[in-house]
Amino acid sequence: MVKQVSVFLENRAGRIYDVCNLLGKNGINIRALSVADTSDFGILRLILDNPDKAIKILKEEKFTVSSTDVVAIEISDKPGGLAEILKIFDENSINVEYMYAFLAKIPEKAILIFRFDNTEEVIEKLKKKNVKLISSEELYKL
Amino acid sequence: MKKDFPYPIWNIEMETMDREVRKSLQTYRLKELVWYLYDNVKFYKEKFKEKGIHPNDIKSIEDVENLPFTNKTDLRDNYPFGLFAVPMEEIVRIHASSGTTGKPTVVGYTQSDIEVWSEVMARSLVASGATKNSIVQNAYGYGLFTGGLGVHYGAERIGATVIPISGGNTARQILILEDFGPDIITCTPSYSLYLAEEIEKKNIKIENLKLKYGIFGAEPWSEAMRNEIEKRLKIKAINIYGLSEIIGPGVANECLKQAGLHIYDDHFYPEIIDPATGKKVKDGEIGELVITTLTKKGIPLLRYRTRDLTRIISEPCECGRTHPRIDRIMGRTDDMLIIRGVNVFPSQIEEVLVQIEEVAPHYQLIVDREHNLDVLTVMVEVDEKVFSDEIKRLEMIEKKIEHEIENMLGISVRVKLVEPRTIERSEGKAKRIIDNRKI
Repeated sequence: MVKQVSVFLENRAGRIYDVCNLLGKNGINIRALSVADTSDFGILRLILDNPDKAIKILKEEKFTVSSTDVVAIEISDKPGGLAEILKIFDENSINVEYMYAFLAKIPEKAILIFRFDNTEEVIEKLKKKNVKLISSEELYKL
Repeated sequence: MKKDFPYPIWNIEMETMDREVRKSLQTYRLKELVWYLYDNVKFYKEKFKEKGIHPNDIKSIEDVENLPFTNKTDLRDNYPFGLFAVPMEEIVRIHASSGTTGKPTVVGYTQSDIEVWSEVMARSLVASGATKNSIVQNAYGYGLFTGGLGVHYGAERIGATVIPISGGNTARQILILEDFGPDIITCTPSYSLYLAEEIEKKNIKIENLKLKYGIFGAEPWSEAMRNEIEKRLKIKAINIYGLSEIIGPGVANECLKQAGLHIYDDHFYPEIIDPATGKKVKDGEIGELVITTLTKKGIPLLRYRTRDLTRIISEPCECGRTHPRIDRIMGRTDDMLIIRGVNVFPSQIEEVLVQIEEVAPHYQLIVDREHNLDVLTVMVEVDEKVFSDEIKRLEMIEKKIEHEIENMLGISVRVKLVEPRTIERSEGKAKRIIDNRKI
C-alpha cells in the first residue's frame, strides 16, 4: 500500500503552482500526480517521497488535505501490458475508482497507481494472482 | 358633486376622499383596532400593559406613534397562530412567507380580510390600467405565497378575466401570451425581462401581442429596469407593493402617472421612521416603512416594521387619488435578499448548513442575474471533514446541500465548494452576501 496525498483546489489560476512550489521549497519530490476536476473545483492527487512531511506542511499552509491508501502495480511496458492487469481485475470483480501512471525508471516496466474502494481485500486477491505490487519503501526509492 | 379624473378609479369615494375626512376615519379605525387587540390578542394586551397604554388613550391617528412596534420576530415567537385575533373557525385562508429561520411567517385571513384584500387589489389593478374587459395573465406564484391569489381575487373583483397560470414554465407563458391575448401581465420585473428575452429568441413580434400593461412587484427594481421593460415588451410597467404580513400585494400601487405608489391608507396606515432610533423622520425623508393594519381581523398588526426603505410623497397626485404615495423601495434595513421573488434570509441558509455534518458553517452568498433570472450561489468552505479524494463524493455533498437548501427556501440554488479561508472574514464576522445584480 502506498500513501497518496490529495489536495482540494478551487479552479483558480496558480493553485497547482502554489502546491508544487511549497513542496519544492521543502525538498519534497513529486513522484506521480494526477488532477481530477469538475467545473468548480479539482483534486490534486500526489505520490510524494515524503508524504507525512508534505501533509504537515500543506496543512500548515491551510490547504485541505487528506491521505488515501492506493496501490502501486508494476506492469510490462509493452502493448497490451495494461490490458493484462485489467483483465485480472475484471475476472476478480475488482472495481477501480481511478488510476494514473507513475514515472517509473525501471527498464521495460511501467508502474500504475490504482485507487480501489476496498483496498485491503483487493491486495489479497492480487497477491494470489501473483501481481507485482510495489511497496511504498521501494516506490520512494525509485 | 361629480368630479372628473384623468384615469379610471375603482373606488372614487375612498380613493379620492378629502384628507381631513380620511384622517377622521383613520382615527376611528385605530381606536377600534386598539380595543380589538386589547380584547383579543394576549401579546398586544401585555405590550400595552408594559407601556402603560390603555385603548382610551387613543384620541387621534397621530397617537399611533405611542404604540409598540411589531417585528417579524414577534410572529416567529408566536408561531404559528399566536398572534391571530380570532379562533380558527373564523379563519378562511392561511398564507406564509419566509421566516428568518426555518419556520415560516404565518398569516391568517378572515372572510372580511379577503374582502379588504380583493378591494385593494381591485384598486391596484384599475390604477394600473385594467378594466372589466381585461384579460390578466397572472404569472405570480399560486400557493402559500400571496402574489398569485392576491392578484387573482382582485382581477375577479373588477370582473376581468384571469388566467391563473402561476409562475414559471416560460414556454407555456409565451404560448398563452400569443394565443389568449392578455392585455395585462403580472409577475416579478426580472421575470418580465426574461420573458422578453425568450419572446425575442422565438422571433415573435411583440407588436402582435395584445399586452398593454404589466404589474410588477415582489422584488426591488429601478427606473432603468422599468425603461427597459417598457421598451422591450412595449407596455406600461406599473410598480406594485405588498407583503404578506400586512395583506399581500395591494398595500400600495402606482397609478398611470408612474410617480410613486399610492398606499391605501384607509386600511394600511404608513409611517416612516429612522430604523436606528424608531423615531419618525421629517416629511419626505427616507426611512423604514412601518405599517399599521387599520381594518384587519385575522392577524392585525400594530406598527409592523417592514424593513423596507422608502419615503412618503405627500403632495397630491394628478390622478386625483388622495392617498399619499411611497417612493419605490430603495433597500432593506436587514440582510434579507429577494431571489426570484422569494424572500431569503442568510440565517435560513446558515441553519441548513449547521445541520449538515460534513461542512463548516462558513459560507458566502453570491447573487447574480443571468438572463434576467436571479441565481443564488452558496459558497461553502471545504474542510477535512468534507474532503475526500473522490470527485463523486464531493459532488454528492454539493448535491446534498443544494437539496437541503432548496427544501428550506423553495428555490433552487447552486452550491460551490471552495477552499478554506477563501471566504472573507471581516473582524471575526464573515462577509456573507455579495449581490452582483444591477437593478
